[in-house]
Amino acid sequence: MEVTITINGEEQKHDVEARTLLVHYIREHAGLTGTNIGCDTSSCGACSVHLNGEAVKSCTLLAAQADGQEVRTIEGMAAADGTLHPMQQAFMENHGLQCGYCTPGMVMAATSLLDENANPTEEEVRLGLEGNLCRCTGYHNIVKSVLAAASA
Amino acid sequence: MTITEDPATGNNALGNNVLGTRLLRKEDPALLTGEAVFANDMKVPGALYMAVLRSPYAHATIGSIDTSAALALDGVHAVYTGADLRDTWASPMPCAWPVTDDMKNPAHYPLAVDKAVYVGDGVACVLAETDAIAHDALELIDVEYEPLEAITDLEDALSDRVVIHDELGTNASYTWPLVIEENEGDCEAAMQNSAYVVKERYVQQRLIPMAMEPRAVVAQPEPFGGNMTLYSSTQVPHILKVMTALTLGIPEQQMRVVCPAVGGGFGSKLNVYAEELLCVGLARKVGKPVRWNEERSENAQATIHGRAQIQDIELAADENGKLTGLRVRLIGDMGGYLQLVAPGVPLLGAFLYAGVYELPKAFDFSCTSVFTNMTPTDAYRGAGRPEATYAIEHAMDALARKMGIDPLELRRRNFIPTVKYPYEAYTGLVYDSGDHDKAATVAEGLLDYAGLRARQAEQNVPGARKRLGIGVSTYFEMCGLAPSRVLASLNYSAGGWESATVRVLPTSKIQVVTGTSPHGQGHETSWSMIAAEKFGVDPADVDVLHSDTAIAPLGLDTYGSRSLPVGGVAVGMACDKVIDKAKQIAAHQMEANPDDLEFSGGVFRVAGQPDKEMPLAAVAFEAFTAHDLPDGLEPNLEEQVTYDPPNFSWPFGTHMCAVEIDTETGRTEVLQYVAVDDCGVQVNPLIVEGQVHGGVVQGLAQALWEEARYDDDGNLQSSTLAEYLVPAASDVPNITTGESVTPSPTNPLGVKGVGEAGTIGAAPCVMNAVVDALSGLGVTDIQMPATPLKVWQAIEDARS
Ligand code: FES
Ligand code: FES
Repeated sequence: MEVTITINGEEQKHDVEARTLLVHYIREHAGLTGTNIGCDTSSCGACSVHLNGEAVKSCTLLAAQADGQEVRTIEGMAAADGTLHPMQQAFMENHGLQCGYCTPGMVMAATSLLDENANPTEEEVRLGLEGNLCRCTGYHNIVKSVLAAASA
Repeated sequence: MTITEDPATGNNALGNNVLGTRLLRKEDPALLTGEAVFANDMKVPGALYMAVLRSPYAHATIGSIDTSAALALDGVHAVYTGADLRDTWASPMPCAWPVTDDMKNPAHYPLAVDKAVYVGDGVACVLAETDAIAHDALELIDVEYEPLEAITDLEDALSDRVVIHDELGTNASYTWPLVIEENEGDCEAAMQNSAYVVKERYVQQRLIPMAMEPRAVVAQPEPFGGNMTLYSSTQVPHILKVMTALTLGIPEQQMRVVCPAVGGGFGSKLNVYAEELLCVGLARKVGKPVRWNEERSENAQATIHGRAQIQDIELAADENGKLTGLRVRLIGDMGGYLQLVAPGVPLLGAFLYAGVYELPKAFDFSCTSVFTNMTPTDAYRGAGRPEATYAIEHAMDALARKMGIDPLELRRRNFIPTVKYPYEAYTGLVYDSGDHDKAATVAEGLLDYAGLRARQAEQNVPGARKRLGIGVSTYFEMCGLAPSRVLASLNYSAGGWESATVRVLPTSKIQVVTGTSPHGQGHETSWSMIAAEKFGVDPADVDVLHSDTAIAPLGLDTYGSRSLPVGGVAVGMACDKVIDKAKQIAAHQMEANPDDLEFSGGVFRVAGQPDKEMPLAAVAFEAFTAHDLPDGLEPNLEEQVTYDPPNFSWPFGTHMCAVEIDTETGRTEVLQYVAVDDCGVQVNPLIVEGQVHGGVVQGLAQALWEEARYDDDGNLQSSTLAEYLVPAASDVPNITTGESVTPSPTNPLGVKGVGEAGTIGAAPCVMNAVVDALSGLGVTDIQMPATPLKVWQAIEDARS
């Protein structure tokens, strides 16, 4: 079936199997491999992207469910001239990443978190990121990054 | 922070004073924008996808396998069973650590042939046009299994009631003792004659490393000449290259291993895996690229597990609490087969059982390793050292309780005094440096130990619902694996050196080639800092090349916190060697004696002649044009160093925490966590802290949540992230790190390594706090993980 999704402002049209997940559409058909896959149970959040401005786990949706809609991935966060998004900058400045595998998902979830609550407490940040696992950082610097981005 | 004067060059090349600063990581922009390439991101046209059929039985003989239906599926290219591939392997998969001459090691092939020995053992594989088709095809393969009784209990396995590998005749793989011969019997005497003896059994539950990136493999035959490139999410590209060549009978010079970005390892990617060999073997067979990506539930079954030991420990002390003897009997669970370094893991712990304490040579250790019908185990963050530290630190608390004294006080009475360093330990190894009282005092202050004890006395009254517990642990880590001769004495089949090549390019930009292979540790940043400091240039002008055996052909990779104290030190030494050569060129150009030259801030100067100077850039260009070099000197500024350290490096530290336990629900909340990890000189404190945070949370997770659970039939009950409790941000506390820097005298940088420190300190710290909270209720024994149910049950049992 043909699925049309606007990803990072660019319309993508691909013929895919009906069972194709959004994450596979993004990675394999649109060729944007910044979005990572960490699990098969929708538990890790590595695949988080924005769908119409809100963070979703792209492994829990079929590509067909996003037909005709807007998706933003990690590749669409920095400005065209390469300037990092404030959240990316905050992760960089606060050493909020180590291996970087969870990072695209974290950045997407964290920006969406701040969209809903511009001034979260530490507690709210920790709860808000509950669906995104990181095995490297112990979260300390991720939380710090998000709080820094909020006050930036 | 500075580096010490280097005797080889007479330099104290302080350049930009970049060492010791919190420089932001150069790895980050690519990782933050999705530009970084992980193995699974490789775009390889025309590749076939591999999927592996895994045994649903923990122990079963394999009868006939019908692959016809799978083969008939549209898009399926081939289906292979273990028997089909028998001729593909020049030898079984490697185990590089035959710890004893009589170690039993069953032949281990990428696909099982006659018998599956754990759930997840591969029995057949499919090549298809897409990943989805390959997985569809798996469902159509019909295997005749005859299930056998599964063995999942270590002691039951040792009884040989059911033997897993018939050809071995036993499930015991080896027994390895460490008893200092001339002191034989002293340990028994200590147990008989000491004022206090505690005797405990601790279970190191099986853990699943669960790096966020599942493994991924792409094998690509090059179009001409029979060469093969293997992209893999591995920690050990160099080891993998050698082992792939040997296992498949490929001339080593035709194998290239590349691991671009790697999404965490923690030891789980320190291995040579069936899927890597299958992809390469099949790519050769079919002449096309073959790729495989692991699913999370597959990762739980087919990637190594960690820990999995039963520890029986006896600790004796005199009436003042001074330790008099230590006996340890260990059973290590190897799982179904011996993986790459698995047999050596318990041995690494053997050297650290006495922790940071002065122990007379009344030490008696032995470990027996055993096969079971579970996923093979191997090195997981700390590898043997967290296990050993847990045992001694938990036993120290038991001893303090028995004596009725404060656990911190008991530790202080036994610390190896700083004046005794370098200290020859009971094992014969020499600890390079330590200041345990300092680390403990810093931690004590950060936690407000005295204040918390007072609060605890007020809070933990009979009937209180929430009880406060304070945990202390101290540790030593033997890291930077390291001296090749010592590794030889332990039968390890590789060296412990590391290689570095440093070149100053004609434009004076610098390339560092390292044999270490990072997966989140920030080597590009740290190695750039070392070179920048040495050459007096901006770290941005240094590029670090790694993790591609065609670009960095020599190396022993990244594990065991060896990268900085071995690989980073090699980088520093290679820089010195280049500077030495550059100095000869500069001296020649300025018509001076090389011995009269000083090098700092990137400029060579003739001592006492302020007008005579030559910047590195000019020297680099001279070296490149080679128009006017000293007689006999080779053009270009490039030097290689292979560094084999004279000793391990010995990080140490003290962790303390406060927990609160809800006695009605059994839930433990970590209120405060303090980590003082002394890893010697810190190249980049930002990175050091990050490593500590991550390590602490992995240790804390072992204490409270994580466990690979098997049922009696050998089925893994926790194979997804929904069942295996990797902590989330809301589960863990903020971590306070404290300053303690005791430079290592072993290497010229004074560094020690820190990747595993946090994990080593954390599990005993948290468990000591849990028991401390409940000991007033009569609870003295809770095994990890201290889940709410287990804690609640322990409280109930103590009440009745
Ligand atoms: S890959 Fe989507 S939640 Fe894990
Ligand atoms: S940085 Fe490695 S998983 Fe988060």
